[in-house]
Amino acid sequence: MIRQALILLRKDLLLELRGREALPAMLLLAGTTMVVLHFALGQRSVTGGTAAGCLWVTLLFSATLGINRLFVAEQEEGGLDAVLLTPVERTAILLAKATTLFIFMVALELVIVPAFALLLLGPDLLPTLGGLIPTLLLVDLAIAAVGALVGAIAVQSRIRDLLAPLLALPLLLPALIAGAKSAELLFAAAGPAPIPGRWPLMLALYALVFGLLGVALYDYLLDD
Amino acid sequence: MLYRALSVRENLHHQARLLGVPSERADRLIERVGVAARADEPLRTLSRGTVQRAAAARAVLADPPLLLLDEPYANLDPGGAAMVAPLLEENRSVLISGHEPRMLLERSDVALGLRGGRRAFLKPSTDVSDSDIKALYG
Repeated sequence: MIRQALILLRKDLLLELRGREALPAMLLLAGTTMVVLHFALGQRSVTGGTAAGCLWVTLLFSATLGINRLFVAEQEEGGLDAVLLTPVERTAILLAKATTLFIFMVALELVIVPAFALLLLGPDLLPTLGGLIPTLLLVDLAIAAVGALVGAIAVQSRIRDLLAPLLALPLLLPALIAGAKSAELLFAAAGPAPIPGRWPLMLALYALVFGLLGVALYDYLLDD
Repeated sequence: MLYRALSVRENLHHQARLLGVPSERADRLIERVGVAARADEPLRTLSRGTVQRAAAARAVLADPPLLLLDEPYANLDPGGAAMVAPLLEENRSVLISGHEPRMLLERSDVALGLRGGRRAFLKPSTDVSDSDIKALYG
């Protein structure tokens, strides 16, 4: 199963490398959101909850774009049928799609978080990285688990461009609240404060629950 | 069922990995369908005929005992069709739907003619007459 997932992941990354569709669009949207927030807030820099809110709103919007593009190559070029006709476990498809989205999010954050620090963030970014990186990775895991599930639901619909964000946004809210609560403490004006264990735990559990839901439902979602 | 952003070789190698087929077989099929010279160019830059040849190679990659093909010779010139047809029919049963009655009758054992979604005839291909075909398309 892992081998099959790696083959599908390799193909998805190769398609993105050749087509350059999802990641540049995600970067552009995140960059634009950041610039708009910079001017709309009318402050040279933000801290605490406002800073956390700015970061997560930016990442959430870009994530929905990534989720929307997750199955587009398969749908438009009949590739999903080709994959389903091969003896590939549906869980391998879920794992490949979730990993693709996770990689997209990490690549996005490698650019956007430094840009956020330059444009908006008041406190120094470096001291926050110890807590911020695990928080970002946990939120990315949750986004990947939810996104792979939502993408598979939306791809079967004619209104997939509308359906994916409609399903993803409310489902991602709890994960983003946990991420924002963690980041609020990290971006405090007085310096980063320790994050209570409940927030990372909630993020990990959220990713796990949606990962398991995906494993349970992918057979039905893709075969129908 | 091929990705337009990938080359013929990348598409076939990807499918070969999924199917557990050696990539050498994919390379041999690329040679056999006559697309080796352009096998490393993205599909979106190739003609429909070349893509159709690549699709034929992909269809037989796992050497299936039965193939269901919808207009496999569409977009192919006579030379291309002559190259692809033996490959598709090699050691397997093939069910083809198409609109090239002469060529399909020459290459098949049994023919089913459909008109308005209903059976017009079902007989050995050698017994299908010109009037049978005219009745289908008339």
